[in-house]
Amino acid sequence: MIRGLKYALTQAFIQVFRNKGMSLASIFSITAMLLILGLFFFVTVNINIATESAKQQFNTIEVYLLDETSKEDADIITQSLLSMDEIAGVTYVSKEEAMEHFKDRWGDKAYLLDGLAENPLPNSLRVELVSLEDGQLIYEACRNLIGVEDVRYYQEEVKKILTITDFIQQGALIIILFLIIVSVIVVSNTVKLTVMARQREIMIMKYVGATNWFIRGPLLAEGMMIGCISAGISLGLVWMIYFRIVELFSTQALLLFSTSFVEVGFMMRNLIWIFIALGMSIGAFGSILSMRRFLNA
Amino acid sequence: MIRFEGVTKMYGSNVGLLNATIRIEKGDFVFLVGPSGAGKSTLIKLILKEIEPDEGEIFVNGKNITYLANREIPALRRSIGMVFQDFRLLPHKTVYENVAFAMEVVHSTQRAMRRQIPQVLSIMGISDKADKFPAELSAGEQQRVAIARALINNPMVLIADEPTGNLDPDTAWEIMKLINQINRRGTTVLMVTHAKDIVDRMSKRVVAIDKGRIVRDAWGGEYGYDD
Ligand SMILES: Nc1ncnc2c1ncn2[C@@H]1O[C@H](COP(=O)(O)OP(=O)(O)O)[C@@H](O)[C@H]1O
Ligand SMILES: [Mg+2]
Repeated sequence: MIRGLKYALTQAFIQVFRNKGMSLASIFSITAMLLILGLFFFVTVNINIATESAKQQFNTIEVYLLDETSKEDADIITQSLLSMDEIAGVTYVSKEEAMEHFKDRWGDKAYLLDGLAENPLPNSLRVELVSLEDGQLIYEACRNLIGVEDVRYYQEEVKKILTITDFIQQGALIIILFLIIVSVIVVSNTVKLTVMARQREIMIMKYVGATNWFIRGPLLAEGMMIGCISAGISLGLVWMIYFRIVELFSTQALLLFSTSFVEVGFMMRNLIWIFIALGMSIGAFGSILSMRRFLNA
Repeated sequence: MIRFEGVTKMYGSNVGLLNATIRIEKGDFVFLVGPSGAGKSTLIKLILKEIEPDEGEIFVNGKNITYLANREIPALRRSIGMVFQDFRLLPHKTVYENVAFAMEVVHSTQRAMRRQIPQVLSIMGISDKADKFPAELSAGEQQRVAIARALINNPMVLIADEPTGNLDPDTAWEIMKLINQINRRGTTVLMVTHAKDIVDRMSKRVVAIDKGRIVRDAWGGEYGYDD
């Protein structure tokens, strides 16, 4: 058993180097496939985070209370709102606090507000949504509450954001699917070619009286070794590319989406195992395919 | 050693072999001759269990191999040394490794390989080619490697399907002398050939086959017909 394993590994190692053309072709196509997957993994993770943070900015509903509504009534309303699963939190904002915010926002023009005889702003509740998608529902619910004067919710903006983020996410998904299909075709074509090249070798080994497992072992090890090498190369490339992108565009990302890129190290730690597992499975799958065709006779 | 008892093999409506009976004893040297498409390769494929017979029984080394489980085929092939017209060497292995592969298949130790392989290569006259790859060798040298590989595990039978078919007459004759030497040491030889001059000159047992039938079986025979 141990001897068989050692035999398979040494043979695989020698053959990968001897068989340079074929090994390189396989490594090239598996690397290309993993590279595409890796880069799109990065793109989608970042798009998701950017869209989520964009949604965060619109996930509050302002509920303006009638002047008659007392602080106690407001507390009762707050409790009933908090009992809803779709609501993450409710903050009471008194008319005085609202005026302060208002003045803050007006900055050096705030003195204009000093001329007002009395504070025209209402007391309000700031309702935070768990998910932006429930906005419309909660908006309707708040409007029907007793003691509420008006409800302000950025319906149009939210709709726009939801359509845009849906569009981006679905677009990314379609592109990924397309690229996966393309790379599967490329990889399976390479496998087909190596299978053809292998056919004769397998036939010769069988004439010499090799058992199927004696032929399978080294071929499987060879496929997995090629997969591992490809995983290593593509990890290195993905790291280099992503590192460079973060370096060049992190300021722009911060300005545009008010989020920064997902940290390079975190991404790589997640990708390493995915890549190694994927690379080795593709390699092993290719070997098994080539053997299935010519070994069962 | 090898026995065919009324063996028939059809490929659909094509005749491969028709009711063939042959007995080859230990130590025999047999030429198998006949026109192209006569059924010579079919006979060899039946011995190697590459194809199944429709009728009759086949024995190799005293064992009935007519019905053999798939997993028993490798052991059968290891007991037979095979040489082909197109050499069938592993292209990515050196001469030494090609011969060693046949020993690895039977789980020989590295020590046994280091002892036996140089001996066989030396008998075949290719000691200096041990580290070369098949593509770096002449046709005659490649066939010597193939014969070395066929003999390394001391098989009872050497079967050769047109082993001189790709060689020039001088080289062919060299290879023929090697095979004859192997036979003199006690290995049974079954050789398919189209080389009239070799058959006539060697004066061995000749089995002629035509349209799937054994039409002649004579000791000290001649090739007997014109291609
Ligand atoms: N796989 C096959 N399918 C159909 N017919 C075959 C096949 N192999 C051989 N034959 C036929 O069987 C006959 C004998 O073939 P073969 O044994 O290869 O002849 P030889 O080796 O004497 O030239 C020929 O007529 C050939 O066409
Ligand atoms: Mg033939």
